[in-house]
Amino acid sequence: MLSERGAEAMIVAGGTDLFPNMKRRQFEPKSLVSLRAIAELQRVTGDADSGLTIGAGVTLAQVSRPPVIAQSYPALARAAGDVSTSQLRNTGTIGGNLCLDTRCNYYNQTYHWRKSIGFCMKKDGDICLVAPGGSRCWAASSSDTAPVMIALGASVRLIGPRGERVIPVDELYRDDGKDHLTKAADEILTEILIPPANGLRSVYLKLRRRGSFDFPILGVAVALRLAGDGACAYAKVVLGAVGSRPVVVPQAESILIGNRITPESVESVAQAAARLAKPMDNTDSVLSYRKKMAHVFTARALKEAAGLP
Amino acid sequence: MTDELTLIGKPLPKVDALGKVTGETKYADDLAMPRMLHAKILGCHYPHARIKHIGTARAQALPGVVAIITGADLPVKYGNLPVSQDETGLAGDKGRFVGDPIAAVAAVDEETAERAIDLIDVEYEELPAFMSVEDVLTKEGEPIQDYGDQGNVHKMVALEFGDTESGFAAADYVREDTFFYQGNTHLPMEEHAVVAHYTADGKLTLWSSTQCPHYVHRALSKALAIAPSRVRIIATPVGGGFGGKSDPLPHEVAAAKLSMITGRPVKIALTREEVFYAHRGRHPVLMWAKTGVRKDGSITAMHFKTFLDGGAYGSYGVASTYYTGALQPVTYKVPTYKFEGMRAFTNKPACGPKRGHGTPQPRFGMEIQLDKIAEAIGISPVDIRRKFVVDENSYTVNHLRITSCALGECIDKVAAASGFNDKHRKLPFGKGVGLACSSYLSGAGLPIYWNNMPHTSVQIKIDRGGGVAVLCGSTDIGQGSNSVLAYTVAEVLGVSLDAIQLTVSDTDLTPIDLGSYSSRVTFMMGNAAIEAASKLKKLIMEAAAEKLQLPVEALAAKNNSIYCIDDERRSLTFAQAAQLAEAKHGGLGAMGSYTPPKLAGPFRGSGVGPSPAYSYSACVAQVDVDPETGEIKVEKIWIAHDCGRAINPLLVIGQTEGSVYMGLGEALMEEQDFRRNQHKIPSLLDYKSLTMMDMPEVETILVEPIDPEGPFGAKEAGQGPLLPVPPAVANAVYDAVGVRIDELPITADKVLKALALKAEGKEPRVGPKGVPSFVFPEPVRVEPHPQAPKLRGA
Repeated sequence: MLSERGAEAMIVAGGTDLFPNMKRRQFEPKSLVSLRAIAELQRVTGDADSGLTIGAGVTLAQVSRPPVIAQSYPALARAAGDVSTSQLRNTGTIGGNLCLDTRCNYYNQTYHWRKSIGFCMKKDGDICLVAPGGSRCWAASSSDTAPVMIALGASVRLIGPRGERVIPVDELYRDDGKDHLTKAADEILTEILIPPANGLRSVYLKLRRRGSFDFPILGVAVALRLAGDGACAYAKVVLGAVGSRPVVVPQAESILIGNRITPESVESVAQAAARLAKPMDNTDSVLSYRKKMAHVFTARALKEAAGLP
Repeated sequence: MTDELTLIGKPLPKVDALGKVTGETKYADDLAMPRMLHAKILGCHYPHARIKHIGTARAQALPGVVAIITGADLPVKYGNLPVSQDETGLAGDKGRFVGDPIAAVAAVDEETAERAIDLIDVEYEELPAFMSVEDVLTKEGEPIQDYGDQGNVHKMVALEFGDTESGFAAADYVREDTFFYQGNTHLPMEEHAVVAHYTADGKLTLWSSTQCPHYVHRALSKALAIAPSRVRIIATPVGGGFGGKSDPLPHEVAAAKLSMITGRPVKIALTREEVFYAHRGRHPVLMWAKTGVRKDGSITAMHFKTFLDGGAYGSYGVASTYYTGALQPVTYKVPTYKFEGMRAFTNKPACGPKRGHGTPQPRFGMEIQLDKIAEAIGISPVDIRRKFVVDENSYTVNHLRITSCALGECIDKVAAASGFNDKHRKLPFGKGVGLACSSYLSGAGLPIYWNNMPHTSVQIKIDRGGGVAVLCGSTDIGQGSNSVLAYTVAEVLGVSLDAIQLTVSDTDLTPIDLGSYSSRVTFMMGNAAIEAASKLKKLIMEAAAEKLQLPVEALAAKNNSIYCIDDERRSLTFAQAAQLAEAKHGGLGAMGSYTPPKLAGPFRGSGVGPSPAYSYSACVAQVDVDPETGEIKVEKIWIAHDCGRAINPLLVIGQTEGSVYMGLGEALMEEQDFRRNQHKIPSLLDYKSLTMMDMPEVETILVEPIDPEGPFGAKEAGQGPLLPVPPAVANAVYDAVGVRIDELPITADKVLKALALKAEGKEPRVGPKGVPSFVFPEPVRVEPHPQAPKLRGA
């Protein structure tokens, strides 16, 4: 159905992102293809030892609660539990959160509002109101779970008319606010494959103005594995909401792996994270503050994961 | 009468609670009628633009479209204040902000109406936009309105009570500060909605979520040129007002006009974005405050300047301007006082009355400044307030009459409950407590349009079965006025609540009540209800006395029974007594009214500020500030409120907690923010207000002096408790980390910025640098009221 109807069709699962966007005419599909009735998409299988497979249709509430996730992948439980409000988490799905449209407060507005200020290139226009001189769209990746999935080393299965493929979550995204997914429009994200936990320590910290009902204006996902001697064997730091895609901090690997984690190394990675964070003036709060917080939150998340005071 | 109260003072459920819990309550948007049309409004696309032409042909051609109106169909200006008749429903000559209603379409359904809106072709000529007071004072261009004091300066006020120069000369310490209070909106859960139906007999009926059906009645009659007798306004149950539904609003006028054209019922339900544009919310106010004190902390002089960013229309703005100066002398003794205020028209949605109307802004400045003064002269924040609380039964320097006042007790209780003295300047870095106080009106002493009539009336009819029908124009906006009306009448007549049948807020059926604003309803409607019920009680008791062959004084009325106090077996049921009274006097009906005493002082502008009674509040906030992120967690709020007698303590606590919630939102995050000349975040998601997760524990302490003029001694609770919350939070943040955030909202990034300044050895403060060098007119000099606090030694 998707390929028959082409660009006029969109996929709906929970609808918590899609329907508000349709109301504001950011999305104007002629057809919606619902995945809700597909039971296979709503299963969680596997365990921490063999790795976890989460169907794309599993709700965020269901991801936030099971003991296996809370204990072995706490960052994921935390990120899923931090999305929006409990009502929306009961409806919104993990697949939908990974595919969440990028956000910008010049774009997530009604038709009348956008027409008044002048349409932007993400919908109905040809410039970017955040950085009018440039040629790209700066809408921000605002998924809580995407940075965590990348930090955990997860992959997604995509099924489409040309067959099936499994790609790392990191490769699901490109740095373009207008077209941020590498998934083709007629491909369906069916499941997320999370590697065995194997002693992984993970933390997710979210910056927002209030305790609920907010997209992240910064998300920091950290995953660490420490060897028996305390040396770091695996380190991933991924930032959310400070770019059009999740921002991987490569210095986490280069600085931390092979060494014991110290306050000094944490500080170095945190500095690197703040340098890589490119918040734009298109979300809540002040961008200089979000950049500063990229430092503070990265340091806090790393210390929490490493068990440092 | 107040000896043995059976209902008053008891924590009873609201009389209309069940319908709200079960969903039976019908709000305006729940109404549907046969042949009803749905209408949508087209908002202006520019902040300030002349409308050269509106082409409706393409929209008209859309199947399902029934009628289209523009400003040309609504030429008559109206407005709530006689001095601000500047609205027409749909703007005709020009649009004055992005979203300003300029056309409306009625169609068979909402979606068709919305599609038709996009097919309306508007030809604009852009005009320079004025987006701030600063713009108004520096920028050239056509003024937004064609009236006002000068250019885009809508209103200027300058008043001096006593000689402030001598007052400052007598001070041992004088300080000047500037503050900014950001604008914010009411955010009612219910978006405004209206159904209008103009029937073949030439009668217009409007069901609307309004706080003031009487004002909508007046405005519609004028705007549509229909005799008032042919207009009926019914206020549907209101899902939150907070002042935002006090003005007659464009959608009400547009729906009415569309119904007149089509002869069909027409509904308009505003979207959340449109509610942000209807607004009439808190004015952004830039303030300068200068206060002089003696060594003991007593105030010798105070001088306030306020600059209000009013938005594009007058609304209640003239009153708002006066209110930013009126109530400063109502809490602590102020012997000399000068106030200068101005309101500017700007190309934004109109500001107006929001909970506390014009008084939270100066209260924010004043209570922070007192905190700074207390520190500078080395006395405690408690003492600088507690020692100089105004006297009961006194007058202020600006001629406001004070009757009951238990602010001193409020301060004592809130300080004791919070352990303020043990915590202030003694908690570890990052944690702090702050104190602030305030006062507020229990109803405006003067009406909005000049007249000598009552501000409210209550009518009661008693049927032969003992049922008591109570009619009043008052409007329950969730604050519980229906409950207060029922409790009051039932208490006086000695009947149970289920005997009471209320009919409210219907201009055809109910006697006039001016509306749910200025915390006037309990005080005024309550007194009118007591009067009406007392008249009937007299007739019923006399008839019962005659039957029981006892003197009236020997009888009491309680629990649907009239009985002999000394021998309860000698009794009649209320219904029996009512029948006897009807046989004797004819049909049982009575009207009671309330008119406030003459309270205005002998000067122009004295109409804003007087109230038959003032409530008082004292608040302590305890905060935990994360010095690394600047994030503020409010751990607990203690608030003591002098509401006079609490008619229903449960509802008073509810109102107090609601005020704290709203005050914290204004303190910490709410911002009516603009970017590129239009509202930046007109949605519930992006306009940040507190969620349940952010709401701290609130300990409410009710202080209940019996007010001599209030019904059963009651005053108000709906607005006053908001006022001390923002300054208490600001003072607590200072106590926690030693930085002053002299502007709202107090956000994490501002705290961090101030902490960085502190680390650099600079003044650890974020706030406005100054105020514009605006020249106010020569002040009107007024002799202080003879019973006002005196400047010692002067």
